[in-house]
Amino acid sequence: MSFLRRRKPSEKQHVAPSSEQKLEEEEKEHHSRKNEAKNKEAKKKWSCVDNCCWFVGFICSLWWILTFLYNAMPASFPQYVTEAITGPLPDPPGVKLQKEGLKAKHPVVFVPGIVTGGLELWEGHQCAEGLFRKRLWGGTFGEVYKRPLCWVEHMSLDNETGLDPAGIRVRPVHGLVAADYFVPGYFVWAVLIANLARIGYEEKTMYMAAYDWRLSFQNNEVRDQTLSRIKSNIELMVATNGGKKAVVIPHSMGVIYFLHFMKWVEAPAPMGGGGGPDWCAKHIKAVMNIGGPFLGVPKAVAGLFSAEARDIAMAKAIAPGALDKDIFHIQTLQYLMKMTRTWDSTMSMIPKGGDTIWGSLDWSPEEGYIPSKKRKQRSNSTEVSGDSGTESKSRNVKYGRMISFGKDVAEAPSSEIKRIDFRDAIKGKNVANNTCRDVWTEYHDMGFGGIKAVAEYKAYTAGEIVDLLHFVAPKMMARGDKHFSYGIADDLDDPKYNHYKYWSNPLETKLPNAPEMEIYSMYGVGIPTERAYVYRETPSSDCYIPFEIDTSADEDDEDKCLKNGVYTVDGDETVPALSAGFMCAKAWRGKTRFNPSGIKTFVREYDHAPPSNLLLEGRGTQSGAHVDIMGNFALMEDIIRVAAGATGEDLGGDRVYSDIFKWSEKINLKL
Amino acid sequence: MRRRKGGSEPKKPQNSSSQPADSVAESNQKKGNSAAEDLNSGKKKSGHDENSSNSNWKSKKKQRAKSWNCVDSCCWFVGCICSLWWILLFSYNAMPASFPQYVTEAITGPLPDPPGVKLAKDGLKAKHPVVFVPGIVTGGLELWEGHQCAEGLFRKRLWGGTFGDLYKRPLCWVEHMSLDNETGLDPPGIRIRPVSGLVAADYFAPGYFVWAVLIANLARIGYEEKNMYMAAYDWRISFQNTEVRDQTLSTIKSNIELMVATSGGKKVVVIPHSMGVLYFLHFMKWVEVPVPMGGGGGSDWCARHIKAVMNIGGPFLGVPKAVSGLLSAEARDIAVARAMAPGFLDKDVFGLQTLQHIMRMTRTWDSTMSMIPKGGDTIWGGLDWSPEEGYECCTKKSKNGNNETGAPNDSGNSGNATKVHYGRIISFGKDVIELHSSKIERVDFRGAIKGNNLANTTCTDVWTEYHHLGAGDVKAAADFKVYTAESVLDLLQFVAPKMMNRGGAHFSYGIADDLDDMKYDHYKYWSNPLETKLPNAPSMEIFSMYGVGIPTERAYVYKFSPTADCYIPFQIDTSAEGNGGSCLKGGVFSVDGDETVPTLSAGFMCAKGWRGKTRFNPSGIKTYIREYNHAPPANLLEGRGTQSGAHVDIMGNFALIEDIIRVAAGATGEDLGGDQVHSNIFQWSERINLEL
Repeated sequence: MSFLRRRKPSEKQHVAPSSEQKLEEEEKEHHSRKNEAKNKEAKKKWSCVDNCCWFVGFICSLWWILTFLYNAMPASFPQYVTEAITGPLPDPPGVKLQKEGLKAKHPVVFVPGIVTGGLELWEGHQCAEGLFRKRLWGGTFGEVYKRPLCWVEHMSLDNETGLDPAGIRVRPVHGLVAADYFVPGYFVWAVLIANLARIGYEEKTMYMAAYDWRLSFQNNEVRDQTLSRIKSNIELMVATNGGKKAVVIPHSMGVIYFLHFMKWVEAPAPMGGGGGPDWCAKHIKAVMNIGGPFLGVPKAVAGLFSAEARDIAMAKAIAPGALDKDIFHIQTLQYLMKMTRTWDSTMSMIPKGGDTIWGSLDWSPEEGYIPSKKRKQRSNSTEVSGDSGTESKSRNVKYGRMISFGKDVAEAPSSEIKRIDFRDAIKGKNVANNTCRDVWTEYHDMGFGGIKAVAEYKAYTAGEIVDLLHFVAPKMMARGDKHFSYGIADDLDDPKYNHYKYWSNPLETKLPNAPEMEIYSMYGVGIPTERAYVYRETPSSDCYIPFEIDTSADEDDEDKCLKNGVYTVDGDETVPALSAGFMCAKAWRGKTRFNPSGIKTFVREYDHAPPSNLLLEGRGTQSGAHVDIMGNFALMEDIIRVAAGATGEDLGGDRVYSDIFKWSEKINLKL
Repeated sequence: MRRRKGGSEPKKPQNSSSQPADSVAESNQKKGNSAAEDLNSGKKKSGHDENSSNSNWKSKKKQRAKSWNCVDSCCWFVGCICSLWWILLFSYNAMPASFPQYVTEAITGPLPDPPGVKLAKDGLKAKHPVVFVPGIVTGGLELWEGHQCAEGLFRKRLWGGTFGDLYKRPLCWVEHMSLDNETGLDPPGIRIRPVSGLVAADYFAPGYFVWAVLIANLARIGYEEKNMYMAAYDWRISFQNTEVRDQTLSTIKSNIELMVATSGGKKVVVIPHSMGVLYFLHFMKWVEVPVPMGGGGGSDWCARHIKAVMNIGGPFLGVPKAVSGLLSAEARDIAVARAMAPGFLDKDVFGLQTLQHIMRMTRTWDSTMSMIPKGGDTIWGGLDWSPEEGYECCTKKSKNGNNETGAPNDSGNSGNATKVHYGRIISFGKDVIELHSSKIERVDFRGAIKGNNLANTTCTDVWTEYHHLGAGDVKAAADFKVYTAESVLDLLQFVAPKMMNRGGAHFSYGIADDLDDMKYDHYKYWSNPLETKLPNAPSMEIFSMYGVGIPTERAYVYKFSPTADCYIPFQIDTSAEGNGGSCLKGGVFSVDGDETVPTLSAGFMCAKGWRGKTRFNPSGIKTYIREYNHAPPANLLEGRGTQSGAHVDIMGNFALIEDIIRVAAGATGEDLGGDQVHSNIFQWSERINLEL
């Protein structure tokens, strides 16, 4: 049809000029009139649709040509360009160390963290038809956009048990593909895997201990026998590699998952794996924790309390309403909270050790930390934001108050804060019960009285936060209490500590009896990391989560630690240096009651430097950010060296940029 | 811009009313626009605009006519196509996933439930863990270390998936897929490793399922990755080398032990397919043999860990296709392609000498030698005798009621009962195929001295051992005229001594006289069911499940290659056609089977060699034969069919899947109904005279 339409006018246009020559003026006039009429036709027909088509065609052709060129381009071309611009790049660590003659020696086990592992559907409801064995988490996340409510339903777990809801089975992806890339192009383990492969590693000597990161650690064993699988695979790899012990590399939440594993494997069956008291000594050479939240992360509190962290709070401040309405038609954050609150694992990262570790109302280990000044002294990095004066008034930020209601409360001395205890407050009737019922967050059971009581307590320390969460989300915390604990043990020999709920808390367990083993704590520093929050009640508390981060709480000072309602401290953007470093810097250093066999510990910090050019370097080879650190050349070199047989001493022992030792000193913990 | 001028709607009525004026104004344009202004005094401004735009238009008109030329038309056309494509794509994505099913049901009536759904309704639950052992070719292989030319392919699939790089850099691909000539292991600087996990062989190429349908059906009754294990291995290397290089056998052992332990001691059901059948035979011997040669699992490992072995399309006794593949890098499909387009395959894809490159590559793969026919003349027949003789391709077919388009039904039962001499696996020349053995003059080739290399100078880049053969040798090989299963081994030894020496270290093709002979402890005998005993596991069950009803290659007619210059000197004589009801077609004699494995090879062991307590099966493991008659898909919507009997497509056969699920959920062979036979396998087996 359209083709015909197109040809007609052009033909006549061709005819027109030739006949024009022969005709007289009148005819010409007549003709021109006719022509004009035709012109109009032509004008109309060559209009919108054709132009669109033309345009689309043009773009498509161009795109194809570019794609073709891109595909025809040798794979090393980007590298040539980079080298032409910036001079020769350093060899990636794998290549460099291969040239030094390093060879694959110890088998390597990766333990991915929360969020980064892929999950796929094995059984679902009607709405998830056709998604069998497709990734619901990871990959392109295409289904989130196509059928958001269905997706939320399938990603949620059961409220009561923390296991699969009826008729839904979402299972972790297995193999290295589980967490090599989180989404296409966003590497997690892929760079490390590629570098290890350079010195001879392959799938028989690398094992990705993928697990369902939504579940509590013990439930992974109950439902999927994941811990047994790790045990069996490590045993197999040690056996087929001539008895060479494994180097374990956990990342993020994988760190505490692996702590749990080390206790589980030596505990007798049925609660444990029955590997015997020397299993770790026989099978593990080193545990190289990357960005481990040993003592929890404050971000987890904000996440559980109001389903937001700095990023979300910012987005909410910039585009108010967008998050509250858009993607899921209604109540995005509520759905998010409903979903994440069914995930037991989020509770594994609530700050542990209470006030002793994280500080109280008037005290905190990190007090006196001045971000930008330190940065300047430490590195000559050319950050744009780092040009503030050095005249910083050394104020004490009260990091110990992990949640404050109102900025004034956050800064006032403790004696001036009036606190009304919330613990006994009676919860009122349900707020707006009829409209919000489809979104189950426990806030709807709280009532106005309860919400008010929470706000009136004003300031919460790490210890009190556990109580707060118990108050606002009793069902969730009841579930969590079966699997996690957040205290400090007085007597580690107490038989109650044989229960698995303590196994992931380094302050309530002993390390295994494996004197030859080494524990590394490797993490990035130099990035502001969330440490404490200023909260407010949500203005429209209609159907919404009643609290939110007070993004208006800002500090005028250039040296500010408070920004958009969040106090920041040194860390890797997610885990504060204190949480990642303290155990290896102090509590496990030497023979302590937490480390009875004197396992050697090493702190390896990696100072953050943003990529020097965005386009070609991607996420940087010197990044210290929580996930991007997996592409940090220095970190990879350390890992490869250890995997090839080096010890912590060979690497040069500790490598410290932050004040972790100073801060650790301030913590008064019986060792 | 253009569009707005043309389509300024509100101006149009006014414009047409003043059209004569406009045209006058145009003719008097040299005078200026004043007249027009007067005439259009009411709408001075707009008239002026219109006027000038019209005159602009006139001048632009010619440009326009030119400018909408070829390129624009192309762009326009491409744009249309693209937009259409996007719209279709969008509607496809917006379409509910069950839509194709609705359409199918609307056309053909309600489909039967897939077996998983059906059995889930019957209340079956996941019970025994399941182990899949993929066959040759179907498993994915990925690159872990390569040469310069393979840059950027790290951990990308070289085999399986889209095969994109085969087209982009064919020579590089061949180089990486080849193994070392001498060792049969990695060449230096190249590491190709099997993909692990269920993804290794669920789909061979996108959309072409292998295990995916079975996996999906098992998942319906509750299976998931913790109780399904894909025993992926590098199918290019010999079975024992998978252990030496990758410790694959140890990995399988460890995983089976883990699955048995974590599912409360329930034994596993093993489902090997194609070459995986032989691989798993090897595994069962390996696992009970003491270290270092074996896995040291103890003599009751199989009894304790394996409930059933459900072999799908297993080439227990080898496949004749392997011979033609090794001898001339061709099978029926390739021979036919060559007949249709001579020269094409010899030149095209790889720049030069496609088949030579393929042969060079496949000859480095030890595993291909695992499927050379075993058991020699005893099993496969001699010059004048074969177990399948009397089989009539066409009458058989019509009896089974298959109206395949390819089968010449009109021939009727012209059965002049020409005995096909299937025993002669390779014959040189059409004339010898029907002669009685006494009339064939054979000149022994074994003593022939190899002459000078033929065309050594030009062909050296393609290493096939034919270049070490002189013209005399090729003649000698052809002068022997007829080869049976036994002499085929000698032929291969003659034309490819290096390859066969490598293979001789890993495989054996004979029949054991005395199974207790110490020499049978060596791993090279483990994958030959005629030279090993089954494990001591009386409660275990062995199933032999395979398709029947498809003509399957059984014997070949060969000829000299016309241009013996730089080419493989032999090729299948596609001009050899039998009359009407004959089984000879395109130089290939076919017999009943699943298109790849003849029934005899897939069924004999379970039908006779292992039936009851025999010397090959000392503990009396129960064996069952389950044949699935081939029926082509009723319509295209069905894809590869739910009743297919073809070698790979059978993995989507509903009846087969149902059997597997029932056994995995706890049924025994008796519960399934024992044997299910469509072919003459028992009759053929009877004819084989094997000491049991």
